[in-house]
Amino acid sequence: MASNKKYWKSVEELDTNSIVETLQQSEFVEEIPVGDFLGDKETLEDSSTTRRDFLKYVGFSTAAASLAACEGPVIKSIPYVVQPEQIRPGVADYYATTIANGYDFASVLVKTREGRPIKIEPNKMAGSNGGTSARVQASVLSLYDNMRLKSAKVNGAITTWSKFDADVTKKLTELNGAGKEVVLLTQTFASPSTTRLIAEFKAKYGNVRHVVYDSISESAALDAFQEKYGERGLAAYNLEDADVIVSVGADFLGDWQGGGHEGAYAKGRVPKKGKMSRHVQFESNMSLSGANADLRVPLTPSQQKVALAKLYGYVTGGSVGGKLPANIEAAVKKTAAELKKAGSRAVVLTGIQDKGAQAVCLVINEALASKAFNTATPVKLRQGSDAAMNQLVADVKSGKIGAVIMAGVNPVYTLANGEAFGDALKKVDLTVSFTEREDETSAYVSYLGAAPHYLESWGDVEFKKGHYSLTQPTIKPLFDTRQFQDSLLKWMGSTESYYTYIKSTWSTGFLSGSSWNKALHDGVLVTPVVAVDAQEGDVVSSEEAPVSNIGSAVAKLAKATSKGMELTLYAKTGMGDGQMANNPWLQEFPDPLTRATWDNYITMSQADADRLGLSLEQSTFFTEARHDANGGLNGTYANITVNGVTLKVPVMIQPGQAVGSIGMAFGYGRKAGLKTEMQTGVSAYKLYANANTIQNVTIEATEGKHEFACLQLHNTLMGRGDIIKDTTLEVFNTKDARIWNPKPMVSKDHVMIPVDSPDADLWTSFDRSIGHHFNLSIDLNSCTGCGACVVACHAENNVPVVGKTEVRRSRDMHWLRIDRYYSSQDSFIGDVEKKDNITGLGSSLVEFAELENPAENPQVVFQPVMCQHCNHASCETVCPVAATSHGRQGQNQMAYNRCVGTRYCANNCAYKVRRFNWFLYNDNDEFDFNMNNDLGKMVLNPDVVVRSRGVMEKCSMCIQMTQKTILDAKRDGRAIKDGEFQTACSNACETGAMTFGDINDHDSDVYKLKNDERAYHLLEHIGTEPNVVYHTKVRNSNEA
Amino acid sequence: MKQVKHRNSTSKVLGFCLAVMLAFSTSIFAQGDPVAGKALFNSNCAACHKLDKKMTGPALRGVVDRIDDKDWLYSWIRNSAKMVKSGDPYAVKIFAEYNNTAMTAFPQFSDADIDNILAYTSAPKPVSKVAVASIGSDSSDDGVSVDIVLGLLALILVVLAAMLFMVTKTLGNLAKQAGVEVEKTDPIWKRFVKNQFLVLVSVIAFMMFGAFHVFGFFMQVGVDQGYKPVQPIHFSHKIHAGDNGIDCKYCHSNARVSKTSGIPALNVCMNCHKTITEVAPETADADYSKDFYDKQIQKLYKATGWSESDQAYTGTPEPVKWVRVHNLPDFAYFNHSQHVTVGGVACQKCHGPVEEMEILEQHEPLTMGWCINCHRDTNVKTEGNEYYTKIHAELKKKYGVDQLTVAQMGGLECGKCHY
Repeated sequence: MASNKKYWKSVEELDTNSIVETLQQSEFVEEIPVGDFLGDKETLEDSSTTRRDFLKYVGFSTAAASLAACEGPVIKSIPYVVQPEQIRPGVADYYATTIANGYDFASVLVKTREGRPIKIEPNKMAGSNGGTSARVQASVLSLYDNMRLKSAKVNGAITTWSKFDADVTKKLTELNGAGKEVVLLTQTFASPSTTRLIAEFKAKYGNVRHVVYDSISESAALDAFQEKYGERGLAAYNLEDADVIVSVGADFLGDWQGGGHEGAYAKGRVPKKGKMSRHVQFESNMSLSGANADLRVPLTPSQQKVALAKLYGYVTGGSVGGKLPANIEAAVKKTAAELKKAGSRAVVLTGIQDKGAQAVCLVINEALASKAFNTATPVKLRQGSDAAMNQLVADVKSGKIGAVIMAGVNPVYTLANGEAFGDALKKVDLTVSFTEREDETSAYVSYLGAAPHYLESWGDVEFKKGHYSLTQPTIKPLFDTRQFQDSLLKWMGSTESYYTYIKSTWSTGFLSGSSWNKALHDGVLVTPVVAVDAQEGDVVSSEEAPVSNIGSAVAKLAKATSKGMELTLYAKTGMGDGQMANNPWLQEFPDPLTRATWDNYITMSQADADRLGLSLEQSTFFTEARHDANGGLNGTYANITVNGVTLKVPVMIQPGQAVGSIGMAFGYGRKAGLKTEMQTGVSAYKLYANANTIQNVTIEATEGKHEFACLQLHNTLMGRGDIIKDTTLEVFNTKDARIWNPKPMVSKDHVMIPVDSPDADLWTSFDRSIGHHFNLSIDLNSCTGCGACVVACHAENNVPVVGKTEVRRSRDMHWLRIDRYYSSQDSFIGDVEKKDNITGLGSSLVEFAELENPAENPQVVFQPVMCQHCNHASCETVCPVAATSHGRQGQNQMAYNRCVGTRYCANNCAYKVRRFNWFLYNDNDEFDFNMNNDLGKMVLNPDVVVRSRGVMEKCSMCIQMTQKTILDAKRDGRAIKDGEFQTACSNACETGAMTFGDINDHDSDVYKLKNDERAYHLLEHIGTEPNVVYHTKVRNSNEA
Repeated sequence: MKQVKHRNSTSKVLGFCLAVMLAFSTSIFAQGDPVAGKALFNSNCAACHKLDKKMTGPALRGVVDRIDDKDWLYSWIRNSAKMVKSGDPYAVKIFAEYNNTAMTAFPQFSDADIDNILAYTSAPKPVSKVAVASIGSDSSDDGVSVDIVLGLLALILVVLAAMLFMVTKTLGNLAKQAGVEVEKTDPIWKRFVKNQFLVLVSVIAFMMFGAFHVFGFFMQVGVDQGYKPVQPIHFSHKIHAGDNGIDCKYCHSNARVSKTSGIPALNVCMNCHKTITEVAPETADADYSKDFYDKQIQKLYKATGWSESDQAYTGTPEPVKWVRVHNLPDFAYFNHSQHVTVGGVACQKCHGPVEEMEILEQHEPLTMGWCINCHRDTNVKTEGNEYYTKIHAELKKKYGVDQLTVAQMGGLECGKCHY
């Protein structure tokens, strides 16, 4: 029987009239104040909206809104009134032109659509200067930079060009009358026409001085060359002709002496008939060149000088003093022996900013009679003179100068004492600057000339003596800009345009009968070398005493010592000298070595960091130190002091950095004329005293934790030799390919069979033998890691920029990444051996942890990874909506409009190449990069979709390019030749590391490469059968 | 050549002569055959002359009334440049008046030919028929009968229902008076509610009906078949491509080489419309008058900045903002040249009978299913195209067919259109 027990919560409930009773009756403890709202009868009656009306309105507006959303928008189309003959909407035009911004020089092809330049391609007719670096590829975006200077200004107020000209000419005439000196302070133009023009300007205005200034100086090398050969230039090196390349502090795969060496270098790096070149690098910072070297010897800058002196001694047979650590001494000795053995097929390069060192280098190459060394056609891409610049700074400060007219330079930013120079400039009667943006210098200048981008300009360049190239506009100037040269012509009272001026320079000079139109079409002209060129800039004798006696120069080098830490300033692959700092593609471009984006820092060895207390502990399960929970890399800050200038800079641990040295990149820390997002890093120019890249530095730890945005969080391969196959030339030459490039085996019925045998296959294979079947071949031997392909892919495929915070969360959108791995032992082969010898729990716990840490001087390897376009793709099978599928031509296709964003594919991808659009990256103020304004959007490729939020994207193997090639052939009714098929990355690759083509064409290069004995697939053992093929890296560790 | 110096010498003589000429003009110049003259005029003169309007050259109706000297006309027509050179004052005046444009020489004309042409130019101006626009006259006639029939049927039904109601009521009253107990029945809706089966069936029917229409509604979202917007200039494809038989690719030449067919630049229009300043009276029909069409040509002149009176461009164009009719979403890549040049597909296959459209409309749905179906059915035009030689031979062997469809060539793969 049910119990009759009654439970109560409190004693009050027993009392019948208690408050409990009342409370039980009402739903809410307090009275709901409906009266306040509904009780006011007047308000209710005044309101004409009844409840029913209200519901009607809500219902109607919801229905109307949803119906209206279904209505298609009316799209207006405005055709040309008069269509230009050359332009066909929907068809791309290519023009040959030349970038010459004072730092980057290259002969390029510009792809234009409907009159808009959208892509920079290499000019393959141009030979050694036709390659495109990451910066050159990105330069097209700088054209559509909203922060550009849009019209001429006087003292900050917008003015017209006619007013501008009137003012300047008036002042110039006055100054001429008063006998005051006018200074033209320009970048290196390397332009025969500009040199001629400036000579005429001098004739007109009398007291004119022309100072050429390079933001990152090569003055020492220029002075040494000039002294020895009588002409201002740099020795031309053709590394293809060298079997032994020895570099002492020269990052020749970077921007050393104007760059452009990687194409020739890479040709000798691919083993042919058992031979390849040997590359020895002596350097402090880990540079691209060092990363590619067969032998890399880390040493401090002062040791570099001694090493160079000793090399001289060993090669020429004299004895040279100076002290070096035993291991370096031995390396130098061995290297010298290799040099001597190779004789004329050896070459020595140096990047030491010291006239003596440069002179010694020239002498060594002469002693070797190096075939790769050419002084008859000197390189003209750097002309700046430190002596002339120092003289100018002194003269401006003393008030001697009447006018300073600048073009393409930003001295307030790039001089170590920039602000002081700026203040002195303010006292000069007339200051003019031609600039693309209101930069640091603009604040100190009264007349600002808005300069056009090179894609809007005319110009000519002499790369090497006798190697000419033309710049032509590919778009009408976007803003009210005018070239420096056109302005000079105006001020000289000429009515001529710079275009006709160039034409007359060429036709009276070196065109010598060949066609101007052909030169303009090709972009380049090579003429037999004639007389000595007119010098760009005035002749200034070097401040250092002439190197009369090479012996004393060597002795001086050999004595070089340093007490404390030494700093080597360098230019990053992405940022260069910093003039394109407002370019989001370059900011997000990961540094090939540190893989950091949106930043600069000091690079330091682990040993020094430990010593100075600048190293963070490894993060554990419980603590966050070196890495945050989301993986983001952290760093400490250091105060570094050079000549009394102190900067607070984050510290990046760099394996391979010579102990006792640090490195820091130029080009960061800019503020003026840059969007807030782009104002990253710290300016290293502040430490660039006397234009010397090597400085003595004191370092002390300071508080704070810096957050880096790195694209790669693990640094070593952990001995996984199947990801990077790596061998030595000796093994490669003597052993069977099965030894150094083994095919992975899998077990079937307890029998081991090769993974690519049909029996090992879970899937039915499709017949791909008909039509085209695309493959991309990547040779790890010739890939230098320069990253031109990364930016080319960005530009071709409308890849969005996501910004620093998102990159730190590993949400970067690069379709193509270049993985960089360090070895944990001295070599990758050592890693594999160590891994293979691990047995038992104790050993694996300890030794695997050890393998995670890069060696002090590790081997480095670069591996470009994009979608591998697997024939048996793991992503395709897991997509619930079949948004990703396989084409017969071998491409793994991605239909964005079908994708619902489950991200299963990205999870299932073995290569981690799929990128998810976490946000809307266009028209979104949170991502204020080029896709957020109409100007920046003009760079978008109209043949590729701009992806929206919530869809997956990845490399398409540039299907828009392969489809176009096919269509062109169909339309012309012809078969396709080998080499016609290209992707953005393979086309941008100057070294030929990437080769793309059709493997059903058995005569094609890519077919041969695919069947080469060095060929392997990434993670081959999982049986995905990728259409991207890699080539085993062979290192020439044979010491001759 | 004979110089007509006396013409302006004395106005009195001139006046007298003119009077005589006029009096006999028909007899003098009507020797020619105006029909043959019209043919000659149209093939030789019409590029620069109109009868009643100045163009590149002067209006020619009644030219013989202005110029009495027949020999002067003969020599002018055969070689005007020579006359200008010789300094004939009237010739020089005319030459200067028309922007120093020399008239094409016609040395091949015989005197009889010129007489024929002059006879044609002397024909009196026809009284223009005033086109009476017939608005709303007979277009709606067909619909009326149907409406009446339907209306009548509805009326009959209403009358029948009323009659039924009244009959029931009368019967009820009669029964009440007769004292017959009429079993009280529930109203019809109550009986419907009680019939569970009927409720279930009707609910299912309603839901299916609803689902069908909701699905139908969503499937047509973004499909603009039949879209027929009003354009800023009433451009009639019927007149151009239909009546005048102009090839589509004359204006849309981009379709041959580019992904877009291209809306023609206005300079293409002006190739013809520099001389075609008005439509022929026969072009006008019941819906659109000649005046209406002529206004459209004027709009073109305004857009290009063409001044008809000066026969020159003013340099202030006003580009036309056409309303785009055929619009594929951005995520679909379509290339005209692939279909037009390589595939040899007629424009009408996708765009419908454009040559019959007075106002252009989207004839096909342009949906993916529609594309795909065509790719399944259409054979690739491989003959004579060297690109296909090898692939065709191999695929022929593989599929054992002689003709390959686009689908067999891989034309159904997602990535062929979506990238």
